[in-house]
Amino acid sequence: MEKEQFYYDNKIVKMFLWATILWGVVGMLVGLLVAFLFVAPGLLEFAGSDNAISWLSFGRLRPLHTNAVIFAFVGNGAFMGIYYSTQRLLKARMLSDLLSRIHFWGWQLIIVAAAITLPLGLSSSKEYAELEWPIDIWVVLIWVVFGINLIGTILKRRQRHIYVAIWFYIATFVTIAVLYIFNNLALPVSGFKSYSVYAGVQDALIQWWYGHNAVAFFLTTPILGLMYYFVPKIANRPVYSYRLSIIHFWTLIFLYIWAGPHHLLYTALPEWAQNLGTVFSIMLIFPSWGGMINGLLTLRGVWDKVRETPELKFFVVAITGYGMSTFEGPMLSFKNLNAIGHYTDWIIGHVHIGTLSWNGFMIAGIVYWLATKLWKTELYSKKLANTHFLIGTIGILFYAIPLYIAGFTQAFMWNEFNPDGTLVYGNFLDTVTSIIPMYWMRAIGGTLYLVGFIIMAYNIVMTAKIGSTVEDELAEAAPLKIISSGRAAGEPIHSWLERRTVLFTILTTIAILVGTLVEIVPMMLVESNVKTIESVKPYSPLELEGRDLYIREGCNNCHSQMIRPFRSEVARYSDNDPELYSKAGEFIYDRPFLWGSRRTGPDVHRLGGKYNDNWHFNHMLDPRSTSPGSIMPRYTWLIKNTLNASGIEAKLEGLASLGHPYSEEEIANARQSIATQAAGIVENLRQDPEFVKNYGDQNMQEREIVALIAYLQRLGTDIKAGRTAQN
Amino acid sequence: MEVIYITIGVSIIVAVLFFLAFIKSVKSGQYEDTYTPSVRMLFDDELVKPTKEKENK
Repeated sequence: MEKEQFYYDNKIVKMFLWATILWGVVGMLVGLLVAFLFVAPGLLEFAGSDNAISWLSFGRLRPLHTNAVIFAFVGNGAFMGIYYSTQRLLKARMLSDLLSRIHFWGWQLIIVAAAITLPLGLSSSKEYAELEWPIDIWVVLIWVVFGINLIGTILKRRQRHIYVAIWFYIATFVTIAVLYIFNNLALPVSGFKSYSVYAGVQDALIQWWYGHNAVAFFLTTPILGLMYYFVPKIANRPVYSYRLSIIHFWTLIFLYIWAGPHHLLYTALPEWAQNLGTVFSIMLIFPSWGGMINGLLTLRGVWDKVRETPELKFFVVAITGYGMSTFEGPMLSFKNLNAIGHYTDWIIGHVHIGTLSWNGFMIAGIVYWLATKLWKTELYSKKLANTHFLIGTIGILFYAIPLYIAGFTQAFMWNEFNPDGTLVYGNFLDTVTSIIPMYWMRAIGGTLYLVGFIIMAYNIVMTAKIGSTVEDELAEAAPLKIISSGRAAGEPIHSWLERRTVLFTILTTIAILVGTLVEIVPMMLVESNVKTIESVKPYSPLELEGRDLYIREGCNNCHSQMIRPFRSEVARYSDNDPELYSKAGEFIYDRPFLWGSRRTGPDVHRLGGKYNDNWHFNHMLDPRSTSPGSIMPRYTWLIKNTLNASGIEAKLEGLASLGHPYSEEEIANARQSIATQAAGIVENLRQDPEFVKNYGDQNMQEREIVALIAYLQRLGTDIKAGRTAQN
Repeated sequence: MEVIYITIGVSIIVAVLFFLAFIKSVKSGQYEDTYTPSVRMLFDDELVKPTKEKENK
């Protein structure tokens, strides 16, 4: 057959490459910053300790770090590799240059929007899905653009066989679309505030169903696709076993989507759901390790090449890291190991083995190789690339190992009892201060890793300088023979119809999913079979505002609200009352749920009534005044800011429409209710002469701190109120 | 805990989608050859020096 000549779009690959490097530096820099906040909590108080800067506090920067490295760094890196390899594997230019550009700029716009809104505290608090609803809609639109571009290219391909890498890209597109839409379903109550359509336990389940699959289908499957393209390509060896890669693909995507509940072991989630998640998580080791072995064995017989090719060195460490973290994942899903690891820094170490080595090093290797292809030259300095590799690898070890030790140390300190039945480390702070040296080492490890990355950035800039640009790369290949009978090859109507059919199918699928949801959700919400606890009531308007402040400040990044049914946990958090672990019925008015995933500070689910209002006031003003050695940020702005409760009616109406029993009268009198409750708290605060001296002449009942105190004092108290009433 | 029916439902839908894709790919012969694809992807289609002809002129 006559060969056709056509051009590969190299420019879009180059754009994603620069974005990868830029956002990689930014995202890791923010990560490093928050790592240093653990050892120097006052680091960013540039305006003086009485004047902490809200948008530089840990609770707001941590989501910025996670979103930046996941969606900006790895996202752009994956798109870079996908746009390069898809065109070559399918022997076709991307479907549409316009769609490619919309995808690129649209994605960067999301990142910029995230970088602005997250430090402002406009957050839904659900991990890796913190972006508020207007941005969520934009994300979905851009994702669909990416999907149309990808699938359209597949349809106009010149290579009948679809190589396994492309399968991984398709799975990424389909699954992320479904997960993202479902997890972010929320009822907007104002421009940048919404309430999840799910409450409490349900919200937790759907969040971790999403959260785990964000790891699976955003950080794993696209990178696996890249592995199956770039490792053989750079080693110039066929993949070890193509058959294994097919099995790897189909088993991995089938098993992964069920594993989410392992993030909720021993919580208020029903036990059968926990077990379901555990079983699938453990099975996951088989496809994961199959893939790892397939990647590593591709290099069989070319290990001499690995010594000389920095790209391959990065790949070897990356794939080994993939093996490590996919071994740990199933292990951590065993309930007895999860009981130790959950809420500790073990998880942070585990995650970073995956991200720093698997994601970071795969992308680094690809960037180095693509630079030589895109600029048609040798790498500016192989030596610098090797230095990056060395520093980066040491950085990973310095990052992860101390956190493993910190995790175990803290878990064992939490659980240690004296012979008389009291906790050895009754003061939570003892378990924090003892791991500060580990936090130092982690910060050093992170610094090393970032330095390595910056060396790469320099190397690539210099390579681009010495090279020459080919924006549209000429290639030739034979067109696909149309198999179907009747129409001649290249018949426009036929191809148009074919394309249209597939697009139609995709749109129908999305429509079915959304339609199903719209019908099912309200039905499900009517009758809840979470065991209701009669004394659990909705939050008062002031408490609700306080809760929204808790979300804005990202308190859930360090404090859990989920006391597991262990002796050590009820002893520490529930006055040693074995009945007072957290129950599902306590969370039915929690939208979103705020269980958290890490205890950098203590659990706060039974905080209500534990300390007086003045303690909370002073603690927010300066945590170290009430808790010496604390690493919590100061929240001085809460004391200065006036509470903006102008949206309270819309909030209550929104929640009422989701089933919270707020009467019309309560909604109408919300502001009165806020004023009354706030006055009561200020009355309590005035019992402290220091408070009267410093704030006595100020209008304190209108400040944000009062709402937050109202919420904190309410936490976990309803269930106790019910018991007192019964007695 | 009704939401678990949604997540399981959606999980099944996604799994079925993948299963259908799997059947379709098998039927269209995607997996009949498990050797050639792994070698084919190693070859480049790029015409390395597209500007050379012009230079000769």
